[in-house]
Amino acid sequence: MSGITKKFGDFTANQNINLTVHRGEVHALLGENGAGKTTLMNVLYGLYKPTEGTIKVNGKPLQVSDPNVAIANGIGMVHQHFMLVDPFTVTENIILGNEPTKTFGVLDLQRAEEEVRQLSQTYGLHVEATAKIQDLSVGSQQRVEILKTLYRGAQILILDEPTAVLTPQEIQELANIIRNLTKAGKSIIIITHKLNEIKQVADYCTIIRRGAHIDTVQVNEVSEDDLAAKMVGREVSFKVAKKQRERGDKVLEIRGLEVEDSRGITAVNGLDLDLYQGEILGIAGIDGNGQKELIEALTGLTKVRSGVVKVRDKEVTNRTPGEMINKHRVAHIPEDRQKRGLIFEFDIAENMVLEKYNVPPFSRWFTLLWDKIYQNADLLVKKFDIRPQDSRVLARALSGGNQQKMIIAREVSNDPELLIAAQPTRGLDVGAIEYVHQSLVEQRDAGKGVLLISFELDEIINVSDRIAVIYEGEIVGILDAEGVDEKSVGLMMAGGSA
Amino acid sequence: MKFTKSDLKELFIRGPLGLTIFSTILGFSIGAIVLAIAGFNPAEAYWAIIRGIFSKPKYMSYVIIYATPLIITGLSVAFALRTGLFNIGAEGQFIVGAMTAAMAGYYFQLPMIIHVPLCILLAMSAAAVWGGLAGYIKARFGVHEVISTIMLNWIAFYLSNWSLTIKSFGKQGTGKSYMIQETARIDLFGQWKITEAGIDFIRSHKILGDVLKSPVNIGILVALLLAFLVWYILNKTTLGYELRAVGFNPDAAEYGGINVKKSMVTSMAIAGGLAGAAGALQVMGVGHKIAKLAIMEGYGFDGIAVALIGNNTGPGSVFAGLLFGGLKYGGSKIQDAVGAPTEVINIVVGTIILFIAMPKFIQLVLRFKKG
Ligand SMILES: Nc1ncnc2c1ncn2[C@@H]1O[C@H](COP(=O)(O)OP(=O)(O)OP(=O)(O)O)[C@@H](O)[C@H]1O
Ligand SMILES: [Mg+2]
Repeated sequence: MSGITKKFGDFTANQNINLTVHRGEVHALLGENGAGKTTLMNVLYGLYKPTEGTIKVNGKPLQVSDPNVAIANGIGMVHQHFMLVDPFTVTENIILGNEPTKTFGVLDLQRAEEEVRQLSQTYGLHVEATAKIQDLSVGSQQRVEILKTLYRGAQILILDEPTAVLTPQEIQELANIIRNLTKAGKSIIIITHKLNEIKQVADYCTIIRRGAHIDTVQVNEVSEDDLAAKMVGREVSFKVAKKQRERGDKVLEIRGLEVEDSRGITAVNGLDLDLYQGEILGIAGIDGNGQKELIEALTGLTKVRSGVVKVRDKEVTNRTPGEMINKHRVAHIPEDRQKRGLIFEFDIAENMVLEKYNVPPFSRWFTLLWDKIYQNADLLVKKFDIRPQDSRVLARALSGGNQQKMIIAREVSNDPELLIAAQPTRGLDVGAIEYVHQSLVEQRDAGKGVLLISFELDEIINVSDRIAVIYEGEIVGILDAEGVDEKSVGLMMAGGSA
Repeated sequence: MKFTKSDLKELFIRGPLGLTIFSTILGFSIGAIVLAIAGFNPAEAYWAIIRGIFSKPKYMSYVIIYATPLIITGLSVAFALRTGLFNIGAEGQFIVGAMTAAMAGYYFQLPMIIHVPLCILLAMSAAAVWGGLAGYIKARFGVHEVISTIMLNWIAFYLSNWSLTIKSFGKQGTGKSYMIQETARIDLFGQWKITEAGIDFIRSHKILGDVLKSPVNIGILVALLLAFLVWYILNKTTLGYELRAVGFNPDAAEYGGINVKKSMVTSMAIAGGLAGAAGALQVMGVGHKIAKLAIMEGYGFDGIAVALIGNNTGPGSVFAGLLFGGLKYGGSKIQDAVGAPTEVINIVVGTIILFIAMPKFIQLVLRFKKG
């Protein structure tokens, strides 16, 4: 790809970008949230028409007018959000749009299943060919997406933030798969915000900043710090700076909490926890140990089976989400920003008042005061550096990182007693992560209680004052974060004793 | 919610309006082909529609009379859709509104200034309950509103026919109700028109007199007022914010503290009230009674097409309703002009409307599948 420029209206998302990928090579794309990585890849895959620039595949110039052209020329893409048909089987999904037929056009499902099995064996992409998509884990669904591109004959695979949704173990499996693919002569373009992954799997790395091409480097010649600095344009600190702080009154008290998950199975099982003003309490644990249900119970999104929750000494068990937000001042950065956190079809300003559209100064006598709503957003957009800096842009058009910033801006500006942050840095670049962590620390320093839930142990240890380990719906240990031993926390997370 | 110049460009070229204009042209083209195949000159036929609408003030006034109920049922469907609910029940709500207005208009004896608004309000309230019921059933039992509103349509249908068997309300043996009181009618100069002075006036004043030959009534003013109200509620009030939030993303709305179930009931109740107003105005301005229904009259179903063409907005419904009313009324003129039978005309008008509404309908179905 050379000289690629892509504009959305007046906004330039890609500015004269060059990218060269060789056969059998893993090429990483690195850049801040909103730098234009996904946009560039969408141009290559034929989803966007470049404003300027040319694309060559195998030395031949190519007009990628739509994804079919890309596919026919051996380009495959796995998107940030999967595009699978849930009630269909793995094989059916893979052959969709490319079905093998017997004579008279009868679908040859058996042959297809055989081919899928063969492909998955060759590259170590383990999935059950006859399983239904809705029954698969996220990691397996991703493997189906990769198989789909291979089935269509992809030689160049684009993976857009494949690891953001995976568990650490699944990430290792993906790294192996990538190795198998390159051995077979395929080329991979991978987008990720995790520098250690780039070091681990990539040969080259192209860095993009604000739509512009900054540099292309050979990965084994640079350090993670170099990469971070190139990407953000300044030094980035991976350690969170925190002052000592005395903890204050109790903000949150949980006693004997029991919550069922959506299938009616006990997910939180007699949980006790205390959280004080001016502290960040990190909940460490492997996904699926009751974190989700705990958060939903604390925010009123699900009903509690038994137990007591108190915020500032007031009992708040089984209140509605509205009461938790407005009366008890509990703010919540949700784990799933697409589903819960924002409304795609609303603009930034409308999203910013999702919890307070019906209180002054944003409304009076059931009438919305749009001027105030836009003023509020203009201020927050500036203060939290949300790009583009325009309150009228729909949430849909923001990059993942900027969507997250928007949610954080909204929740923090609600001035809560208790801030619940669930996976607040998922999919964020290192600069933005630093920023989010600082925001959490600021809230702590302002005397709020912060409950941080994350599957990344590094993050928990780095940011928290105290660490509570959750296992099978119970808190199995509480540790001081200062000088904690990562190994013993890991052991407790897996159900062993420290 | 403010428009800039580039928003407008977006709206016209790539946005909903561009699509509508394109599909309108396509619809008329296919309609022309149908006419040609049936052996009639499409140019002549379309010219007949245009003349049939614009050549006399009376015709235009008829178009408006045809359009009035469609605008309002269109508003009803549009309003519910903005909350993500598909109100197929506008038909039944219309019937309930018409029946209530016919009763209130006949039984009460009040001065006009009270009687007219009272009839409309009672009709709207009854229909709001009818619509709200579907919302409640969805919120409480999770039954999809499409299913419950279709059932409620039939219940309303038979309820209305049954009401005509009440001795004091239905004129036995005619299949019609008694005429509503003069004080509940909203025709302009309805009484005066048949006095000598009125007849004189109609003869001597060309334009106004011509208009008065049609059953002009204030229904269109109420329709415009309701369209404004719908726009205002959706865009300017906290209620509108809630309903739109629920329509776009109920999970996020719940997270933000909005009571999603309550919103469903409210939205359906308002939609029902709107459709009920359409029924009331039809009785008070045009029919002055209700008659035994052999089939559903289709005002509510047409409202679905109006809402879709109008892109689910207040102003959009007004334009789409007028377009629909114009085609319905103007279409009937093809018969005299080129001698095409009613069946062919209905196919042509249906085709045009189908083509205009279809892209929107497909979008809608896709959205419901996804959710
Ligand atoms: N369809 C669109 N219309 C208008 N602006 C867009 C559109 N798509 C993307 N943008 C803008 O282009 C910029 C680049 O977006 P892009 O999604 O490529 O970022 P990214 O590098 O993938 O970020 P992230 O790491 O957060 O996913 C963003 O500022 C975004 O707001
Ligand atoms: Mg992206």
